[in-house]
Amino acid sequence: MTDYLVNATNLKKTFGATHAVDDISLHVREGEIYGLVGSDGAGKTTTMRLLVGALLPDAGEITVCGYDVRRQIEQVRSQVGYLSQRFSMYEDLTVLENIRFFAEVRGLSQTEWLPRSMEILEFVGLANFKDRHAGQLSGGMKQKLGLASALVTRPRLLLLDEPTTGVDPVTRQDFWQLVIKLVSQHEKVDTETGRQVDISTTQTRHAPRATQQSKVSVIISTPYMDEASRCHRVGFVKTGKIIAEDTPSNLRARLNGRVLELRGDPINVLRHVAHQDEDVEDVAAFGDKLHVRAREGKSELILSRLPDEIKSAGGNLIDLRVIPPALEDVFIALSER
Amino acid sequence: METVIKVENLTRRFGEFTAVDHINFEVHAGEVVGYLGPNGSGKTTTIRMLLGLLKPSDGGATVLGYDVATQSEDVRARVGYMSQKFAIYDDLTTLENLTFYGGVYGITDKARIQHTLELVGLKGHESTLTKDMSTGWRQRLSLGIALVHEPKLLFLDEPTSGVDPTARRAFWDLIYELAEGGVTILVTTHYMDEAEYCERVGVMRDGKLLAMDTPTALKKSIITGDVWEVYANPLERGLEILSALEGVERVGLAGDYLRVISQRVGKEAMQSLLEGSGIRVEKIEKGEPTLEDVFLSLAR
Repeated sequence: MTDYLVNATNLKKTFGATHAVDDISLHVREGEIYGLVGSDGAGKTTTMRLLVGALLPDAGEITVCGYDVRRQIEQVRSQVGYLSQRFSMYEDLTVLENIRFFAEVRGLSQTEWLPRSMEILEFVGLANFKDRHAGQLSGGMKQKLGLASALVTRPRLLLLDEPTTGVDPVTRQDFWQLVIKLVSQHEKVDTETGRQVDISTTQTRHAPRATQQSKVSVIISTPYMDEASRCHRVGFVKTGKIIAEDTPSNLRARLNGRVLELRGDPINVLRHVAHQDEDVEDVAAFGDKLHVRAREGKSELILSRLPDEIKSAGGNLIDLRVIPPALEDVFIALSER
Repeated sequence: METVIKVENLTRRFGEFTAVDHINFEVHAGEVVGYLGPNGSGKTTTIRMLLGLLKPSDGGATVLGYDVATQSEDVRARVGYMSQKFAIYDDLTTLENLTFYGGVYGITDKARIQHTLELVGLKGHESTLTKDMSTGWRQRLSLGIALVHEPKLLFLDEPTSGVDPTARRAFWDLIYELAEGGVTILVTTHYMDEAEYCERVGVMRDGKLLAMDTPTALKKSIITGDVWEVYANPLERGLEILSALEGVERVGLAGDYLRVISQRVGKEAMQSLLEGSGIRVEKIEKGEPTLEDVFLSLAR
């Protein structure tokens, strides 16, 4: 499986009686954005910590960029950028000083870190703020600084643990544009060290070595479906297991034809009527409308039966139609099993 | 319909900065209204004024018939507030937390506290230590604490931050039950997943309330163009080309495709332009407008 950047098989991690990660396997390709989607405590963060070698699994194998996390942890770390939920930065240092600190900790030399830092700051849009104290940045800018710090070593794998929690939609949109750009870029990889290198520095400091095209991969965790839908592939995580894994569109297709939108008034009457129908699996209120999930193959029956049932219950039907399923519908349907 | 919140030209300045700038809206009994806006757009300042914690610089508001500037204690006695960063005592049990906060409101009636526990679905978990509970359960407890004095109006500040869709839906089922019982609810949120649940949604930017309507009506009135999902390769080059195209309102990267909103430029025009520039176009599909599209259109 050489085309996978991350190969994790049958991972297990227990804390006391809690099976935080309970037989998770994960394979992530080059240039892929993979979303781990689930609630707090589902096992997302523990999975990420296993992947970066911050925790050792009780069982299972992990390789990242071909290196074994148990035996080649230093090599793994040189390939991975990690932005944790509570990213810490030095508020009394400037943006550039913060990046320099992270670069030096990761062993980048004087000649490497400055051009690389400026390139990254340019990329995330913080170049004009390089001399500002980190404490004076807005929430969105702090998050970009976090991303820049994680990227300064040119990792081939970027792990983002709920990076946009508490961040507004405009900032989140900007952040995602950066992440997607990052994976769609081809970067040169030094075939000897596996690390991405700046072509200019390679040529001046070493004889040019063979390089090959490579893309960054991203693993991102989130409880939100609007974020999940931006990933190339998504794994739904529940109680330490991946309960479903596919592209967002394939996941949605699992409920094709089974989600109905119901509008009318009074909404309570509509809700009660829909609940009582034996072929209805679930009813959820969405503001001024209801989403009704039909049992497999029962949509037609419900479409023909519900209008009369609503009428005889004294309700007024405005609209009842099949709508494209949302990822949220799929997550909930799968979680109920 | 009974008016629960009435806001007229509500304004708040901090020195030179106008945090909330002459906003007007009304909320009726039993409504569930969402309040969206980027950080710093004035959402929290508005809520703080409605809670009577901050005096308006201009204009005013009544909440449940009480003036927020002059009768703030009457307001606070009758509203519930669930904050994202609400302090639950980790080393207390569910029941102890509720009893403690009930006491703050002068509620000592044990039956009332039991009823609140039941209402938020925590019956049977009375003696669970709060620190052992999942985020979803803690959120229920926070809601219980905000409800123990049976408020007629509930402010929720990003109530389901960090919880998965199943817990979120359970939480919202509860919110709708409360609304059915006549409680009015105002929710601030950053997440469209959550905004979609609201009956009406207001969008703030730079202290101004730009729009307030049902999600369906907002999508219709704000997104007047078509939404296209363009699968092209290379994606970034496609982004550059379509962004520069006249008549295209917005292009964004959405995972492995481009999301385009355009009034005048149709499928064929995009396809031929992209292909003419050497970009491989896999497919172009019609998409549905989302609340996020609405938000991004208004917020920029």
